[in-house]
Amino acid sequence: MVAEAIQREIDAIVARYPDPRSALLPILHRLQREEGWLSPTAQAWAAERLGLSPAMVQGVATFYTMYNTRPVGRHLIQLCRTLSCELRGSLEIRAALKARLGIGPGETTADGRFTLVEVECLGACGTAPAMMVGEDYYENLTPAGLDAILAALP
Amino acid sequence: MAAFAPVLTRIVGLADAHTLRVYTREGGYRALPMALRQAPAAIVEAVKASGLRGRGGAGFPCGMKWGFLSDPARNPKPRYLVCNADESEPGTFKDRVLLRDNPHLLIEGCAIASYALGVHDCFIYIRGEYAAEARILEAAIAEAKAAGHLGRDIHGSGFDLEIVVHRGAGAYICGEETALLESLEGKRGYPRIKPPFPAVVGLYGCPTVINNVETLCCVPPIVERGAEWFAAIGREKNTGPKLYCVSGHVARPGTYEAPLGITFRELLEEHCGGMRDGRRLKAVIPGGSSTPVLTADEVLDVKLDFDGLAAAGSMLGSAAVIVMDETTDMVRVAFNLIRFYHHESCGQCTPCREGCGWLEKILARFDAGRGRAGEIAQMLDICDNMAFKTICPLGEAARMPTESYLRKFAGEFEARIGAAAVKGN
Repeated sequence: MVAEAIQREIDAIVARYPDPRSALLPILHRLQREEGWLSPTAQAWAAERLGLSPAMVQGVATFYTMYNTRPVGRHLIQLCRTLSCELRGSLEIRAALKARLGIGPGETTADGRFTLVEVECLGACGTAPAMMVGEDYYENLTPAGLDAILAALP
Repeated sequence: MAAFAPVLTRIVGLADAHTLRVYTREGGYRALPMALRQAPAAIVEAVKASGLRGRGGAGFPCGMKWGFLSDPARNPKPRYLVCNADESEPGTFKDRVLLRDNPHLLIEGCAIASYALGVHDCFIYIRGEYAAEARILEAAIAEAKAAGHLGRDIHGSGFDLEIVVHRGAGAYICGEETALLESLEGKRGYPRIKPPFPAVVGLYGCPTVINNVETLCCVPPIVERGAEWFAAIGREKNTGPKLYCVSGHVARPGTYEAPLGITFRELLEEHCGGMRDGRRLKAVIPGGSSTPVLTADEVLDVKLDFDGLAAAGSMLGSAAVIVMDETTDMVRVAFNLIRFYHHESCGQCTPCREGCGWLEKILARFDAGRGRAGEIAQMLDICDNMAFKTICPLGEAARMPTESYLRKFAGEFEARIGAAAVKGN
């Protein structure tokens, strides 16, 4: 069930567009913020809200990489693997993350704290290597600097 | 030539540069009232006269694009302006600087362009990962609205405008303008077949102009300082200031503003502090990962503008300059990039979807030292079968650079076949 406060936020989002369907991406972003992923129930709610078929919403949710259609850890770490980051050491960062977290790309730690994924270009090429944790960017990464970043996360 | 003073990044780096207070203090929002006192057509003419070419990649003349909007007398539908802030081409991070540190310049540019085009609803489509930048932009829009630069009856002119920030959700293809429109309409980002072009059938089937962030940021200075001033920067047909974003093996990667047409040598030595660790230059991707690679010998004195790079056999693209030193493994580079394009292919067109997949598979083998005899020719054949056979340019963006690595660094690819033979694979 989607809380009333969130429904009101979503009403405001829908009102921004000449065609309500345009609100689908922002609605999915908003719903995902609650649980970290888009459950089938959340997707069905979005479909109902906009008068779309559940299949249409699922098609959109699976097309875009930022929507998680499976549960993820409390902190989703997205490490950029594209060229500019690789030229400046993203492979070393991946190895360091693996050593510290004990997981590789696509895996979640046993305590559910971290999920690690590799993503395509984050648009932080000048401050490479870069990763995102949740919605926050971490740039100019070094293997030694990772400990402080990970320790600061709740 | 007079020393160049930054135009787009003039206030970048100042404390609170993103606020209305600082933007106004530094001379911002002077162009908007000037524009509102002119006829819309006069602004379109000024942008044409400035020679401004779109900064998103294709370099199409901006004023001409604006001129393609269908005549309101014949097509009474609403018209839209969409700012493309989807910045996802590997190597490209120039718009992020503007979004983060100079959002009011973009807002002023959107407002002037909207007035010139008869638009009352403008959308800024920003890549989903730029969540912080989207929040900065939304706060700046709220400030601008409260100050009367947006909303109803702007500066008493009778002109109304709303700007909505729309976040994408992680898909490179949404930087392609028709895929962006599909995404903005709440669908998968599948490119549309053109024609019809967005200027005739765009957002919600209405006439639409789509401009890059940097392009729109050039508009207020053109209005304020004149088309002639803008046209005097750079060189003929390649006018105005340009943001070059440099990444890879240079001493100081970053975004640098310079007149269009500086040489690669100037960019490297005067702005980027030369190569990292004093190593030797091997190759440069001059305009983002989709542009053909240039070798060190080819690139040094090339003018980094639309025509200079076309003459050198590459493209300015988004001016995302990726620099590689002598330690770089070009097989690995080709593999890394084709993996990107395969991941980002929307899957609509078979030549792109399958071609990228096959190239990735073969290049992964080469990267692992297990290339097979005949596969270089096979990859070139696959590229040939992708060329100009897809709805959007993603197929081109994947095959053009791949071909360039295979041809210019053929020896490195051949060596991987030799290595495989030695290993007995």
